[in-house]
Amino acid sequence: MATLEIKDLHAGVVTDEGSKEILKGVNLTIRSGETHAIMGPNGSGKSTLSYAIAGHPKYEVTSGEVLLDGENVLDMGVDERARAGLFLAMQYPVEVPGVSMSNFLRSAATAVRGEAPKLRHWVKEVKDEMAKLDISAEFAERSVNEGFSGGEKKRHEILQLALLRPKFAILDETDSGLDVDALRVVSEGVNEYTANNDVGVMLITHYTRILKHIHPDYVHVFAGGRIVESGGKELADDLEENGYVAYIEKADAAAV
Amino acid sequence: MTVTEENTANTASAAEAVVPATSRGERFSSYDVEAFEVPGGREENWRFTPMKRLRGLHDGSAAATGEVKVDAEAAPEVRVETVGRDDARLGEAGTPSDRVAAQAYSAFTGATLVTVPKETKASKPTVVRITGPGEGRTAFGHVQVRAERFAEAAIVLDHVGSGTYADNVEFVIGDGAQLTVVSVQDWADDAVHVSEQHLRLGRDATLKHIVVTLGGDLVRVSPTATFAGPGGDVDMLGLYFADTGQHQEHRLFVDHEAPHCKSNVLYKGALQGDGAHAVWIGDVLIRAAAEGTETFELNRNLVLTEGARADSVPNLEIETGEIEGAGHASATGRFDDEQLFYLQSRGIAEEQARRLVVRGFFHEILMRIDIPEVRERLENAIEAELQAIGA
Repeated sequence: MATLEIKDLHAGVVTDEGSKEILKGVNLTIRSGETHAIMGPNGSGKSTLSYAIAGHPKYEVTSGEVLLDGENVLDMGVDERARAGLFLAMQYPVEVPGVSMSNFLRSAATAVRGEAPKLRHWVKEVKDEMAKLDISAEFAERSVNEGFSGGEKKRHEILQLALLRPKFAILDETDSGLDVDALRVVSEGVNEYTANNDVGVMLITHYTRILKHIHPDYVHVFAGGRIVESGGKELADDLEENGYVAYIEKADAAAV
Repeated sequence: MTVTEENTANTASAAEAVVPATSRGERFSSYDVEAFEVPGGREENWRFTPMKRLRGLHDGSAAATGEVKVDAEAAPEVRVETVGRDDARLGEAGTPSDRVAAQAYSAFTGATLVTVPKETKASKPTVVRITGPGEGRTAFGHVQVRAERFAEAAIVLDHVGSGTYADNVEFVIGDGAQLTVVSVQDWADDAVHVSEQHLRLGRDATLKHIVVTLGGDLVRVSPTATFAGPGGDVDMLGLYFADTGQHQEHRLFVDHEAPHCKSNVLYKGALQGDGAHAVWIGDVLIRAAAEGTETFELNRNLVLTEGARADSVPNLEIETGEIEGAGHASATGRFDDEQLFYLQSRGIAEEQARRLVVRGFFHEILMRIDIPEVRERLENAIEAELQAIGA
């Protein structure tokens, strides 16, 4: 049983003109076994939240804490956070030319597990996980994300989730850019992982359609850089019906 | 026919495609040093070179005060000999096109001549190791590699040691011959090396010319490829790693004067440390007679730290529309923080992530070096360079 606690998190993006605050006091606690959907309009700061937790260099945390079982991950380097059990499936996975997917996956698994996986087992493990996600074997020898379609990139993010076995997974708009079949395959990948592991999930999304495949225990509406409403599945239904307008107004009113 | 052009945003210096005021094909060349004016540094072909660091190679003040040591470890099928200046074969692949090359041609005393006999396939690579004259000394040299018709061989020219050295290197590639050449500049920190390399391809000849520059204070290598007949195919690959204070300059010229020839240029360099400077010039000229030409050139630079500078200038002149394709691309980028973040976010420590990215950057060139010993040595050299900055 593990806990991820986000406490009064303020963060901004670092530009040449200085830092611009985007997150304005985020509070959220996620326990293993729970799936929290974070839903919000464009520009509400959802992706900033994911990057700030993962430690992206362009974002600066100005105050607050992110505690993983009581330890502040904000004091850790990016790689340490991953080794501590955090995983971020990115909205825009990065291309790394000349580094093969197989080399990358093995390096990452070695780092996260603390020792190199036994080669024979590893090859089988990767092959099995790739098959589940409908990823063809040739991808192992291709450069990381290079020339992958949007859907292929997302499948590989979930492949990494399955192989790196984090305690907490943040899925940042994993559903964006996916067609119906790809959305189903990717969602099944996530569901299989959560069913077989004691993991907490923060599912960041703009649309409700992924929630038909991945069922959240909690739904939070994110607007103006903070959570403005929390509830269960019914909140997503309300958003599906009425959109974000009411919540944006609520966030604006709070900001005044 | 397709003509493509790509210039990616450049953070170190603007990469510009320039059609020079005068055609590259009209540049003066001569075996006689006195036929050249002493360059002042503002001339087109000297404007990037720090002239003071040439130690007088360009103005006649550098007299020969030493000699290079040449050791050859040849394949049994390959002949290596030392010949005098008067040997009729010398100069066959090309004429010096700048004053330093002409100075070297005027001043060398003996030449190393490597011959791969006709219709012979060498059973292993031939390594010619050239050791500099020593710190504070100057030497001039000349090397000619002859691949006779339908010969097949791989030759490694390995430059090591200290001192100041100017030379001409000729590759005379006979009809249908296939030659792979690796010229490694792995000099000590004090070395200055200015080299003009003349690549002369016969009909249907294939040449893979690989330049690797790692060491030296100033290294300037100018390979020029010319075609004696149709059907020639030249691959020009380069890999360089410039450290603090190092000036590494590669000036390429591919002169397509014969029809149905191919050229493919790929140079990649990494730079790190204050005052590290890399210059890449890629001139390609497709003359009116060179119908059916196919050419592409590409230069990429990876700037690893502040204070390093890369200049990259591709030039493409086309005098006939009847070509298969021609294009060039050039880009210089800083070390990509996004790539580093992505790898680290998967648990990979920063140091290892940096190595993965730099190794990945050079991967496509290393994969095309099909001499395992050389490839392994270069992989190790890149590792050592990365360790030097604690990356």
